[in-house]
Amino acid sequence: MSEIKEFVTYRLNEEYYGIDINNVENIEKVLPITRVPYTPPYVKGVVNLRGIIVPVVDLRTRFGLMPIEATDESRIIIVNVEELKIGMLVDSSSEVLQISDDDIDAAPNVRKDNNNEFVKYIGKKNERIIMLIDLMKVLSIEAQ
Amino acid sequence: MDMSQYLEIFIDESKEHLQTMNEILLVLENNVEDVSHIGEIFRIAHTLKGMSGTMGFTKLADLTHKMENVLDLVRNGELSITSTIVDVLFECFDALEEYIDNLEKTGNEGDLDSSELVQKLQVIAQKGEVTTSKTAKKAAAAPTPKVETKPEDESVFTLSVNDVGSIINKAIEMGVKPYMIKVILDQGCMLKAARAFIIFNTLERFGEIIKSYPLAEEIEDEKFDDSFEVLYFSKLDEQYCHSELMKISEVKNIIIRELSESDAAVEAVKEDVEVTMAETEVEVKAAKPAKRKEDANAKSNDKGKTSKTVRVEIGRLDNLMNLVSELIIIKTRLEDLDSSSNRNNMNEAIEYLERITTSLHDAVMKVRMVPVERTFNRFPRLVRDLSKELGKNIKLFMSGEETEVDRTVIDEIGDPLIHLIRNSLDHGIESPADRVKSGKDESGFVALRAYPDGNTVVIEVEDDGKGIDPEVIKRKAIDKKLITVDEGEQMSEKEIINLLFAAGFSTAEQVTDISGRGVGLDVVKTKIEAINGTVEVVSNLGQGSKFIIRLPLTLAIIQALMVNLDEEKYAIPLNNIKEITTIDPAKITMVQEQEVVLYRNKTLPIIRMKDVLDFPSTEEVPEELITVIVKKGEIEAGLVVDSLIGQQEIVIKSLGKYLTGIKAIAGATILGNGSVALIVDPNQLF
Repeated sequence: MSEIKEFVTYRLNEEYYGIDINNVENIEKVLPITRVPYTPPYVKGVVNLRGIIVPVVDLRTRFGLMPIEATDESRIIIVNVEELKIGMLVDSSSEVLQISDDDIDAAPNVRKDNNNEFVKYIGKKNERIIMLIDLMKVLSIEAQ
Repeated sequence: MDMSQYLEIFIDESKEHLQTMNEILLVLENNVEDVSHIGEIFRIAHTLKGMSGTMGFTKLADLTHKMENVLDLVRNGELSITSTIVDVLFECFDALEEYIDNLEKTGNEGDLDSSELVQKLQVIAQKGEVTTSKTAKKAAAAPTPKVETKPEDESVFTLSVNDVGSIINKAIEMGVKPYMIKVILDQGCMLKAARAFIIFNTLERFGEIIKSYPLAEEIEDEKFDDSFEVLYFSKLDEQYCHSELMKISEVKNIIIRELSESDAAVEAVKEDVEVTMAETEVEVKAAKPAKRKEDANAKSNDKGKTSKTVRVEIGRLDNLMNLVSELIIIKTRLEDLDSSSNRNNMNEAIEYLERITTSLHDAVMKVRMVPVERTFNRFPRLVRDLSKELGKNIKLFMSGEETEVDRTVIDEIGDPLIHLIRNSLDHGIESPADRVKSGKDESGFVALRAYPDGNTVVIEVEDDGKGIDPEVIKRKAIDKKLITVDEGEQMSEKEIINLLFAAGFSTAEQVTDISGRGVGLDVVKTKIEAINGTVEVVSNLGQGSKFIIRLPLTLAIIQALMVNLDEEKYAIPLNNIKEITTIDPAKITMVQEQEVVLYRNKTLPIIRMKDVLDFPSTEEVPEELITVIVKKGEIEAGLVVDSLIGQQEIVIKSLGKYLTGIKAIAGATILGNGSVALIVDPNQLF
């Protein structure tokens, strides 16, 4: 029996990525972001999420893409990893996809650049390709 | 059987008992004659034994059992207490504490070996045994004094078995013995419900409880006097049941009657008479443990003799705190609203809201407050042990233990205080010989005082030792290249003494185990500054020294000055700010690559906030610089900002674990419009 896994998908440029739904807390429209000095360039700043200060990582910068102004479609995906609550700024996010285990392959190790490390597996769904990211690597969190 | 859910209660209770034991041991040491103290320790050891036995912690039970033996001999006047015995008791106490610590951390007793201690206790007990071997054995066999006389009324069972007669018969057929058990608890039993639960649990280990009187729910709610009854099926014999139950502490007596088939029949006849009892079907297993836990928790607090405290889960408090901060945010938002048509009403509303938030804030703060006693109560033991080790005679005076500070502060001040006390004992107070030489009393003293002072709490550690010699400090500092000879000449006595707090400074002539590993006072200072406190030292050479710690009452809500840097808003804590002024950029000169300005006849270093906070640099030179002068101890610096917004009450929030150790930033706060502003930590700027 193959297992069905659920992924929250988001878009950067025209590429689609997926995050294990168990890590996703909620998806927010873009909130005012306050810059924090002396943080890595991909840390966009912090937002007020109903009384809790949550850091926001700009995934465009993290994936080496040109930063763009936030649009109406832009979203902040709030994820929970290793007891940390972190927001990820993405171009858009709309659906949850169910992908069977059989349709998930290890990411091809062709490109040697940074981005490749972030994508662990590739999921296929209705002829679409979803890159399933390794949150720990993307957010550069050390396992505890 | 799963006991894990009671582990917490067990640990809490044990800690309380150990704390009392510690206090009594200290009193006992100075007053060995007083037998009433022995009785008290005996009672504690006994309770601990019972509790740990029930929980299945054999090492704990064993050790306390042996302690009990010795204590019983002393209590009965068959053994007189000596300092050796007190020392052994202290060692036992340490071992017990370690077991409990292990339990708390890992859930099991750990592999601390207490067999040596057990042996020591045995030797002591045997010495007493030379004359009184019988009593000792008796004490070992039956730690709880048995109640010999069983008054008539105690043995009467109220529990009716009429409705379960057939079940009883069936049980007998299957070789299971039905018992009527009456449990009589000590009159002074504090946690009857919890105790009853332990009894139920014990029983269920060996059999099944069919019903009880009163109902299980009522027992749970403590709706019974000193006794309750159960109908119990078990394969065990009467004797064993009895002894198992008697092992539980605070059980005064157990009456067991084995039921026969005729009992069941007879009871059945009475059926119509006692219809009311027919609904006593009890499902002990279905009892709600969570509720019980709460009950037990609440009750165990009543046990504390010194103060009645409420244990509140810190998470809940944080939540409450969050709500309050939301309220404050709304208040700020209201204040921000521009003049509406009904300005007066608006003002009234704001005033009202302000009153509410202020009192809510106070109320929450009070819940978070705990007396410093919690930290202080481990010091008598510390001083006792250290002075023994150092061969000095030192008395500890404590006052103001009831002074309250925020819970978060309490947890942080323990280590610094231990450090300061060790320092006083080791470096401060001279050896008895030296003291006599300098005309002082042979025994020294350390005083630990706490008192509230305005919005802060002050804790002082004072000793009457040799004080701090600025010359020695200066020499050491120069030796250790902390300062140059020239610098040393220019420094005031006070500045020199404050070098004590510099990293890598230790003045002990000899490095001892107790203090003087070179990581001394700078750690104290860092720790205390981390919770926004200050520490200073006053010293009179030859007469002693005094360390004064000032702590904020609360950490969560502060007054701050809001400033603008470009479009960004920052908060500067008001307690760091000395004054606000404007400075003519032309008057700034460079000294050793640092901008300074002469202000009120003092050189004031200038720190441009935009440079510090990583802003893109601009060429623009304003006509005058708006400068916030902040102070850190004696040092001042001017922070240049773009413009001032005003004073505001802000709620400090953490940036979280993902963004830690960010230079110059103490945290964040939420503004009236919902956006986030960062809080500048001036202490990290210079």
